[in-house]
This record gives sequence, C-alpha cells and structure tokens, in this order.
Amino acid sequence: MKRAALAGGASLLVASILLIVSGTNPIEATGVLISGSFGTSDKIADTIMAWAPLALAAAGLVVTFSAGLWNIGVEGQVIAGAITATAVARSMGGPGWIVMAVALLAGFVGGAFWGVLAGLLRTRGGVNEIFGGLGLGFVAQAFATYLVIGPWKREGIASTSGTDLFREDVWLPTVGGTRLSLAPVVVTIGVLWWVAWILKSTRFGLELRAVGKNLASARLVGIRSEPVMLGAFVIGGGTAGLAGAFVTMGIQHKLVPAVAGGRGFLAILVVLLAAFAPRWIAPVALFFAAISVGSSQLNLRLDLDSSLGGVLQGVVVLAAVLVAGWQLQRKINRQEEVR
Amino acid sequence: MDATLASIVAAAAPLVYAAIGETITERAGVVNLSLDGSILLAAMTGFAAAYTTNSVIAGFVAAALVGMAVALLVAWSGIALKLNQIAVGFILTILAADLAGFLGDSFNRLPGPTVTARPIPVLENIPVVGQALFDQNISVYGSLLLIVGAAWFLARSRGGLELSAVGERPEAAHSRGIVVNRYRYLATAAGGALVGISGAAFSLDQKAGWAEGSTAGFGWIALAIVIFGGWQPLRVALGCYLFGGLQVVALRLQPVFPGLSQVLPAIPFPLMILSLVIVNSPSIRKLAARAPRIGRLLIPDPPGALGTNFATD
Repeated sequence: MKRAALAGGASLLVASILLIVSGTNPIEATGVLISGSFGTSDKIADTIMAWAPLALAAAGLVVTFSAGLWNIGVEGQVIAGAITATAVARSMGGPGWIVMAVALLAGFVGGAFWGVLAGLLRTRGGVNEIFGGLGLGFVAQAFATYLVIGPWKREGIASTSGTDLFREDVWLPTVGGTRLSLAPVVVTIGVLWWVAWILKSTRFGLELRAVGKNLASARLVGIRSEPVMLGAFVIGGGTAGLAGAFVTMGIQHKLVPAVAGGRGFLAILVVLLAAFAPRWIAPVALFFAAISVGSSQLNLRLDLDSSLGGVLQGVVVLAAVLVAGWQLQRKINRQEEVR
Repeated sequence: MDATLASIVAAAAPLVYAAIGETITERAGVVNLSLDGSILLAAMTGFAAAYTTNSVIAGFVAAALVGMAVALLVAWSGIALKLNQIAVGFILTILAADLAGFLGDSFNRLPGPTVTARPIPVLENIPVVGQALFDQNISVYGSLLLIVGAAWFLARSRGGLELSAVGERPEAAHSRGIVVNRYRYLATAAGGALVGISGAAFSLDQKAGWAEGSTAGFGWIALAIVIFGGWQPLRVALGCYLFGGLQVVALRLQPVFPGLSQVLPAIPFPLMILSLVIVNSPSIRKLAARAPRIGRLLIPDPPGALGTNFATD
C-alpha cells in the first residue's frame, strides 16, 4: 500500500510539473481527463471498448511473462488477428452472427500463429523472442499496409485510411444506442478468469512458472521447455489476435494499417504495473483505457498534445517499478545491517 | 555511382551513432533497450535547442545529454535497484517517445537550422570513395571517425579490453581489481550520449527538422543491427550501411512502387532474423565447432553477462 502511495505521489508530481510547465492547471486537466473518459454514456462506452482489447492482450502477456518470455511481438500479433478476422468478415457469406463468430475465432488463430512463429524462432532458430517478435511485428505491419493499399483497397482509390467498411450485419451489435458491445466485455472477463485458472490450478501453469523461474532446473526435473513455451505463445498470441479482431469487428468495422496503434505495447505496460498478477489486469487496464480515451479531450479542450496521456501512463509505470525496486533494496540492506 | 555511395554513407550516419553507441553499452554488459524512444526525445530536444539558440552545436550537445540521461536511468535501475534492464528500458522507450510528442508539440514541422556541408578540398576528388568520405558534413564525418575509433578502442585499448571483460565475465574482472559497475556506468553514459547524437543527426541533418514520431522504428533497427553485427563495431557499421543502401534504393524506386516507403522498415528484420537462423542452424554450428577461429567470426555470441546485474558481495 505504501508502495502504491509513493509511486502514485511521484507520478502525480511529475505529471503536475509537466502540466504547469506547459501552462495548464493540473486540476483542470484532471477534470477534462475524467469527463473525457467517464463523463457521458458514450464516453463510458468508448472507454470500455478500449479496455477490452487492452485487458485481453495483457491477459495473454501474463502467460508469456510467466514462462519468462518477453513477448514484444504482441503488437504484431494484434495486427495478425485483425488481418485474419478481416479476411473472414470480407469473404464469408451466411448469417451475420456465424460470420462474426468465425471471424473472432480466426482472430485468435491468426494471433496464435504469429505468436508461435516467434516461439519457434526462439526454440528452434536461436533468435531471442524480443527480436523475433519485433521483426514479425514489423512484417505484420507492412503486410497490413500492403493489404490495405493493395488487394483489399477501397473501390477505386487506394488509401492508407483503411479498407471498405464490412457489411453491416457483421458489425458487433451494440447496446443502448452507444458504441458499447457486450461480446468483447464478456469474452475479456472470461479470458481473464481462464488465464488466472491456468496459472494457478493446472499442471501447464506450474510448468510455465517452472520454465520462467529457472529454465535449467525445469529441464532437470523433466519438463520439456519447448511445448511449454510454444503453448504460452499460443495463448499470448491468441488473446492478442482476439484483441485485434475485436478492434476490427467492434470499433473500426474495417481494416486500418494502424489497427494495433500501440495497444500491444501499452498492454505490456499494463502487465508491468499489475506486477504480473491476473487479478490486477482488469483495473489497471481500465485506468489506462480511461487515460487513453480521455486524453483526446485534452487536445480538443485544452489544446495540449494528446501524447500527454501516454506520458502519464509511462510515468506511472516507471514510478511503480522504481519504487518497488528501491523498497526491495532497502529491505535487503536493512536485513544485512541486522546481521 | 559516386553520388549513390555518398548518399548511402550520409543516410546511414544517424544509425551508425545509435548502433555503435549501443554496441559499447552492451559490450559492458548493459542493455539499453530504450533506443526507439530516446532517439525521438533526443531528436526533438536537439532540434528545439538548435532552433532556440540558432546553434547546431548546442543542438547536438543537448541531444547527447538527453540520450545520456535516459541511458543512465537504465543503468542505475539495474545496478543500484537490481531491476530488470529490459523492463526499465521498455518503459522508457514508450515514455520517451510520448514525452517527445508532448514537449515537442510547439516545434512540430518548423523550419530550423541544419548542419552545413563541408567538402574537404582535394580529397573529395578521389575517384569512387572521394565523395562518400570527403564531401559530407560534420555529422557524417563524425560517424565515420566513430566507427574507426570504436573499433580501435574495443579491440586495442586497455580501457576497451577491460570494458569487454566487464561485459563478458564480471566476476573475473572484479577479482582482477576492475571496478565493474564504474565501467558499466561509463559505458552506458557514453553509449547513451551517442544514441542522443543519433537523434540530433536525424533532426539537424538527415530529416532536417522535427515531426512527431519522425524517427520511430530506427531505434529498434539499431538494436537489431547490434545483434546482426555481432557486437563488433566494424560489422555493426556494415549492417548500418546495408540498411542505408536499402533506404536509398527504396527512395529511388518510390515513383515506381509507391507503397515501398511503408514496407521499408520491415525489410531489414526478416533479413537479419534469417541470417541469425542460418548461423544458428546445427550444421553451421558443427562446422564452426570444427574450426573455432572461423566459427567465432561467423557466429558471434553476445557478451556473456549481457543484461545481468552485478553485485560485489
């Protein structure tokens, strides 16, 4: 608790200094941020729709982190899922709800495939997952751009603003006249519960943590690390792909090259701030989604650059990690003094 | 031909600063993952400083200080707080990029000072390489000197050898009386300053100005080139020039294939991954084991203690 107060205080201080330097009243900015993310039912809907993909990708990252893997390729897996979901939504005929279900499933499969590629590069190719994932991310980004200005270009004009809109009966249905749809929310809550269960109560979860803690001793007790790592990439990539599918099917209703838009990277920050604990993913992701959605209002109403939201998110995570490290070191030093 | 070579050398200059800087840092055993963000922040600061003071030198100095500050934060959290360098570096990547966008808002797309060309008389007329090596500006000359200097420093100087020992086997270096963490702070500060200079080389020369996200992607490319170059300055430089060549070719082909500039950042990664997969393949490994000298040349291993923290007790 003391840690949270210290980190929170430090980030408030830094954020306030930045705001005052740029000539803005921090209290006014906070008000705009809150009203911009929770002020009206439309804003709440936007915040929740931003929360679901973020929390989904973060849930998968908890699994890969547990196996000791830095899945920086998550951004590319979001894009891969968006691409496969788009392929289904554009080409499959039949009743809307079936197309939607298949497209979401395709999103999971697409992301999982892209994740497993990074996993295979690590287990078979000797390529560190950070660079394999990053490279695959660049490839996915380039492929999405190619599709949007090439084979899937809009009638007549090729533009990076996206493909044609999907037919309307495959847009995820919304409730209460807002942009909120329930499917992403329900699925996200389900996935968060599923991930927590896997890590806590299954043999696979135990093996994941063994591989993550100490690869050499995990091998000594007979755990085969490759299937465990690839399994982690299936879940991590799959949930990221599902996140991409939800953004495509539920928010944008078309494929845009910037479909990931930093969501994957932001999800890594969410997991770091949540200290890898599944139960903290939902609230931390909500906090981050609110900042992201609210910060667009900072630009409209206070003429501040909307990257302030990203600065705030980064400062909070950095402060939390530094304070945690500092406290741990102080504790160790004290114990040594006692001895 | 001469002009093409010259434009490749110029296009690669900012990458050379970043990749060689990171090579020095990593050779001491520290990973500064923050490059993609620190280059942006340094590019913004460098441009802002040069714009306000109307001095390009002030811009480069400011950028170097920013790069150094971010790098030292990574080193300090690893050395003093025992935190994971990758985690802190990643957070700083995102934070620095957003900070650059926020603080640089009022400098977005302004015309500002740039480095002026300084051809060296007589030498610039040497056939083939004259234009590439001697008809450039200070920023590019600096990048060329840096390659030679870094290669000499790491392979030949006492300081460089001790620095490599610190990154390879810190315990052994410590027992020989080398102060491990002092070397790590110094190498990170120097490497970070070079990463900062890379930002200024973008905003005051190659890209001539600041725009939000203008250098995004180059930091990751520089990090990949360090691996591709096997932590050896000369090979790292070669990687930078290969990428510079790709950039120049893409620019020339732009009228023919309009989408190429968007696809360009993706090209070096698959190539580098492929080359890593090939050198790591069992048959090549077996060959390398049979002839260790050639093997080391072919399959460079990362510094033994890369990314780990060292405590003296």
